[in-house]
Amino acid sequence: MLAAFTWTEFAQQLAAGIREGAIYAGLALAIVIIYRSTRVINFAQGEMATFTTFIAWSLMNHGLSFWTAFPIVLAVAFAGGVAIERIVIHPVANASVVTIVIVTLGLALLLNGLTSVIWGGESRQFKGPFSTRTIDVGGVPISVQDIGIVVVSIGLVALLALFFRYTKLGLALRAAAVNPESSRLVGIRVGWMLALGWGIAAVLGAVAGMMIAPVVFLDPNMMQTILLYAFAAAVLGGLDSPVGAVVGGILLGVTITMLGRYVGFIGSTLKLPAALVLIFVLLLVRPGGLFGRVAERRV
Amino acid sequence: MSFLELRNVEARYGSVRALHGISLQVGDGELVAVLGANGAGKTTTLRAISGTVRRSGDVVFAGQKLSRRPEATARAGIAHVPEGRGTFGELSVWDNLRLGAHTRRDNLKQEAKRVFEFFPQLESRRDQQGGTLSGGEQQMLALGRAMMARPKLLLLDEPSLGLAPIVVTVIFEALERMKTDDGMSVLVVEQNAGLALEHAARAYVLEVGKVAVEGTSDELRANETVRRSYLGY
Repeated sequence: MLAAFTWTEFAQQLAAGIREGAIYAGLALAIVIIYRSTRVINFAQGEMATFTTFIAWSLMNHGLSFWTAFPIVLAVAFAGGVAIERIVIHPVANASVVTIVIVTLGLALLLNGLTSVIWGGESRQFKGPFSTRTIDVGGVPISVQDIGIVVVSIGLVALLALFFRYTKLGLALRAAAVNPESSRLVGIRVGWMLALGWGIAAVLGAVAGMMIAPVVFLDPNMMQTILLYAFAAAVLGGLDSPVGAVVGGILLGVTITMLGRYVGFIGSTLKLPAALVLIFVLLLVRPGGLFGRVAERRV
Repeated sequence: MSFLELRNVEARYGSVRALHGISLQVGDGELVAVLGANGAGKTTTLRAISGTVRRSGDVVFAGQKLSRRPEATARAGIAHVPEGRGTFGELSVWDNLRLGAHTRRDNLKQEAKRVFEFFPQLESRRDQQGGTLSGGEQQMLALGRAMMARPKLLLLDEPSLGLAPIVVTVIFEALERMKTDDGMSVLVVEQNAGLALEHAARAYVLEVGKVAVEGTSDELRANETVRRSYLGY
């Protein structure tokens, strides 16, 4: 059942798994940030990322380098995320969960259609910032691209963690998410904090999109499977837990890569179902996910 | 001239009217109590001022008409310690205090020092989650959060509810200090009428959403009806 095993290959698989996981972690964190603050599962997260990645492609097509386009795209993504919350989500904020789910699904379809109309439906090569040649890391050949993707994705997550923990604005964002009523009483503009949360989520998505596009080719549907994995990672970690989203993402990336490589009958076709079965079993044991807490409060 | 003035304020929860035209005043640096039975509209009066319930009628604060949005009333210098204390349960004690100073731009060190001087328990629990504190500590945290804002007016809802007498003493001592040191005005809602009248200069007694009796603390203590219904002797 097990394929021939070497430690070098295992280490390579591990690196590939962490690279996949870093992408899931970023997107899962975006999902969690939005879920915590607005209690909305954002089904449009993937299409938002794809849309902004196409903007990056256009900028680079006009002669900009990747690293010049990068901050421009992040700014556009941030503004777009804020605008989506203000224009589309805020008006239905008090509607039923079903309504909001339909709204974000509709947004996903709309952005997907818009992407196809503007850029066409075919796959394109997206030239990433990192070389695909491998370098030797302790005797294991690992591609520069994989290392770059992990450094950028996890670096952004770390920056966000510092921002949320140490800045006044970060604290206000957290407060608005956990206790909007008390937040208003201390003078926090809660509505804007929620919009800002959407902006940050859109930035996370844009980075994930620009990092993964060189690996998978750029097309309007490129994020759909990845978003499913990101949802799985968010649930695995606990939908309420930012730390859980990141750990869940890496864990999921490594697990499915290993399953796909070393468990013969799973291969690449059954990776997603296998991962979902594992998560299902875990949720039976820990209903709140790895880091989430099942609702309980002190009275 | 009064610092805070409510003119014929009404408030409702959905179709239920909770306040039927309340008028009251709080002077600059004055501690005023609102008394009354359960459901008389005490909490709603505070909520109508801070904007956490829909209201009609005017609220004038420091010579200006007050906004109906709670974040704007906070920015105008009003701190509201709500029913249930409004603790950010998932955040640390220190983060709760930082949030109290959200509307301020200057350094918080001095205020934080004062809060910890009043309530040393909070300093030893600095990194603990707010929700894990005892009731008394949460009340201290709520008052500490309000102190961090250096408010001009404090709205305080049932500070003594469910607390041991010793904790109540600590809390009212801190309140008196804030009043004298900062010249802060206080509007406090209390079930414990005896306690409230001990600290307040004046008080309003509410009955079914209206002011039934008002006067100085001495006048109210001498009032036969008030004594029988609220003071119990």
